[in-house]
Amino acid sequence: MDFLTLIQLLDSTVRLATPLLLACLAGLFSERAGIFDIGLEGKMLAAAFFSAAIAALTGSVWIGLMAGIAASMAFSLLHGLASITFRGNQLISGVAINFLAAGLTVLIAQDWFSQGGRTPSLMGGARFEPITLPFAEAFGSVPLIGPIYRELISGHSILVYIAFAMVPLTWWILFRTRFGLRLRAVGENPAAVDTAGVSVVGLRYAAVMICGLLCGIAGAYLSTALQAGFVKDMSAGRGFIALAALIFAKWRPWYALYATLLFGLFGALETRPDVIQAIFGIKVQGALLGALPYVMTVIILAGFVGKAIPPRAGGEPYVKER
Amino acid sequence: MNEQAPAIELKGISKAFGPVQANKDISIRVMPGTIHGIIGENGAGKSTLMSILYGFYKADKGEIFISGKKTEIPDSQAAIAAGIGMVFQHFKLVENFTVLENIILGAEDGGLLKPSLAKARKTLLELEHEYGLNVDPDAVIEDLGVGMQQRVEILKALYRQADILILDEPTGVLTPAEADKLFRILDRLREEGKTIILITHKLREIMEATDTVSVMRRGEMTATVKTSDTSPAELAELMVGRKVLLRVDKTPAAPGEVVLDIKGLRVVDEKGVERVKGIDLQVRAGEIVGIAGVAGNGQSELLEVLGGYADGTGSIQVSGQPLDLSGAKSDGRTRRARGIAHVPEDRQREGLIMDFSAWENTAFGYHRDPSYQSGMLLNNTAIRADTEAKMERFDVRPPNPALAAKNFSGGNQQKIVLAREIERNPDLLLVGQPTRGVDIGAIEFIHQQIVALRDKGKAILLVSVELEEILGLADRVAVMFDGHIMGERLPAETDEKELGLLMAGMET
Repeated sequence: MDFLTLIQLLDSTVRLATPLLLACLAGLFSERAGIFDIGLEGKMLAAAFFSAAIAALTGSVWIGLMAGIAASMAFSLLHGLASITFRGNQLISGVAINFLAAGLTVLIAQDWFSQGGRTPSLMGGARFEPITLPFAEAFGSVPLIGPIYRELISGHSILVYIAFAMVPLTWWILFRTRFGLRLRAVGENPAAVDTAGVSVVGLRYAAVMICGLLCGIAGAYLSTALQAGFVKDMSAGRGFIALAALIFAKWRPWYALYATLLFGLFGALETRPDVIQAIFGIKVQGALLGALPYVMTVIILAGFVGKAIPPRAGGEPYVKER
Repeated sequence: MNEQAPAIELKGISKAFGPVQANKDISIRVMPGTIHGIIGENGAGKSTLMSILYGFYKADKGEIFISGKKTEIPDSQAAIAAGIGMVFQHFKLVENFTVLENIILGAEDGGLLKPSLAKARKTLLELEHEYGLNVDPDAVIEDLGVGMQQRVEILKALYRQADILILDEPTGVLTPAEADKLFRILDRLREEGKTIILITHKLREIMEATDTVSVMRRGEMTATVKTSDTSPAELAELMVGRKVLLRVDKTPAAPGEVVLDIKGLRVVDEKGVERVKGIDLQVRAGEIVGIAGVAGNGQSELLEVLGGYADGTGSIQVSGQPLDLSGAKSDGRTRRARGIAHVPEDRQREGLIMDFSAWENTAFGYHRDPSYQSGMLLNNTAIRADTEAKMERFDVRPPNPALAAKNFSGGNQQKIVLAREIERNPDLLLVGQPTRGVDIGAIEFIHQQIVALRDKGKAILLVSVELEEILGLADRVAVMFDGHIMGERLPAETDEKELGLLMAGMET
């Protein structure tokens, strides 16, 4: 395998890791506040559709992005209503959101565009274009660092840079701000937050809405940056892989970055069987690589690689005791 | 008398939950710089009253005055602003946060944590000097003992500049030595001008620690007296509404044959932690052996192995025959067949199914009893009749076998379990926390039943975290600490102080 192939592989890793990373951080906010969210998938899908559809209709990808975020946050609100206000089962609410999104997106797409449940292909200003970072060409000729900068670091859409910037930002919010302290506390022991005179409901809604925001960006990335338009079920289980990454990352922002990059690499290898054959000398089925994130998560959950302790109040509606 | 305005004055507070009147027209004055005890049975309305004061509930009627000023307390935030701090029975701490993080939670100074943490660290040092409340600010809560965790709760209130501290059953989880330490801290706080409300059902604590005491019964405030002018007997009578025997009335034991013989018992829990570390213990016919200890020192695991729902290693003989400690023949059914009955520590989880009726609960474990059968089916009529008879003999109120277990009070639930087990006339009765959450009146009855079984020549192993209960009921006391038996004592030859040292793992 030559250097350029490696760069290409890593470049595609970054592209594939981006939606996982955004969704993983989205789940991190929600679950750190004690609200399990298996509806990441559905929210991403809804956002993917609405951002592509609105971008196609208005010709502006930014308006599309806003629409995607709004759709995702609307689902978050639904999840919040079900699991925070009405103290319903968080898993069931998440499952419902996944089904709702899978059905609604295709239904509305067919109604609006009559193209078999897809949106028209996005072009020009209706898509996020790659950004060439300053001096990419000038540095390009510097050995080693040059190609890394030009091919790997430069040339992604703005959403990729946002996703990676979210990692330190999330860490900072969680561990350096008052909001973060309270958010983590409400996921561990809501009664402590409540008796301290802080609203459990308010905090949990805030977390769930941040989750919606990030899922919205992840979905928009799928249909307006990674691809040029929406197709049926285009989230393709990424929401679940993001959840797996979240467990793998033990609910920590930096680990989330590493986990999603690893899972992104698996995704990149899936499309390049030739690379695996070149390295290991054997043919590996792409589907096998696709299953790896889940296999690794099971290994993690079984406790082979340290212990993954979820937030203690996770999944439980808060009921004030007498 | 005192010219000062009361720190807290409640006027005509009433609160109902549906048809249940939890608080009826309650008025109370708590003077500043005093320790005011509130005593009453479970369900007397103490906690409801304090929840109203802390903004958890809104009173249906009545007024609250703080330092003479009428104050509305719609939520906890308002209570904190009014200078009220609450130390709950079950601590409200985030277990994997540090002490410092827990203290600032909800009382941060700004959006960023750093300045808040620095300020809290400084304030904590000052509080430490002022009240002698030292604690490592960087320790993680789950690494601290319960006594320390409680101290963090008190510091949390003081950090929020509370002038009034409410402590709800603060000694429930403490060893006697830790409790003494707590009372010294409370004295210190009082000297510094803080007002303290101490909620408890333990008469001894009221007598030791308080200046004034209010008694609650069935949602009403029945009396407020100066502690120095009253006696435990008088308070008990005020609480229950009739004369109560505070001491267990029993004759000296006449121990016979060894019924239970434990040798080198070890128990490892599901996390792989050894909870019982090789204990030897004998219980003879006609005696009550009490196991004292702070909760979590292996007593529960001991009971679980004996009751047949945990595995252990070592040897246990009952009436001379060995007992299987693991495998198919170590289950509860086999145990019952061997004449072992078990009143578990947690009656709501292990003793009863709360949504099932009293008669169904009475049949559990004994549902293969021939008199309960009718062909292939259960003879429900017979079970109901049997339950009704048992309820009669054990004075369960209301004596209605069809009522779900959850609709009985704690004491009556316990009587249902006791009736089920004792009426089988077992050779060995295992009893865990027989009077936890049980009213004084019912405690008296339950103790009598256990003593009556002993007098019939049966062996009884009693586990309780209440030292008073152990000392009153047991004929011999063994103290458990960290999976070991620290020593055995005769109640007549020991006292709470000595047992307390053993409970803390110190040799005497």
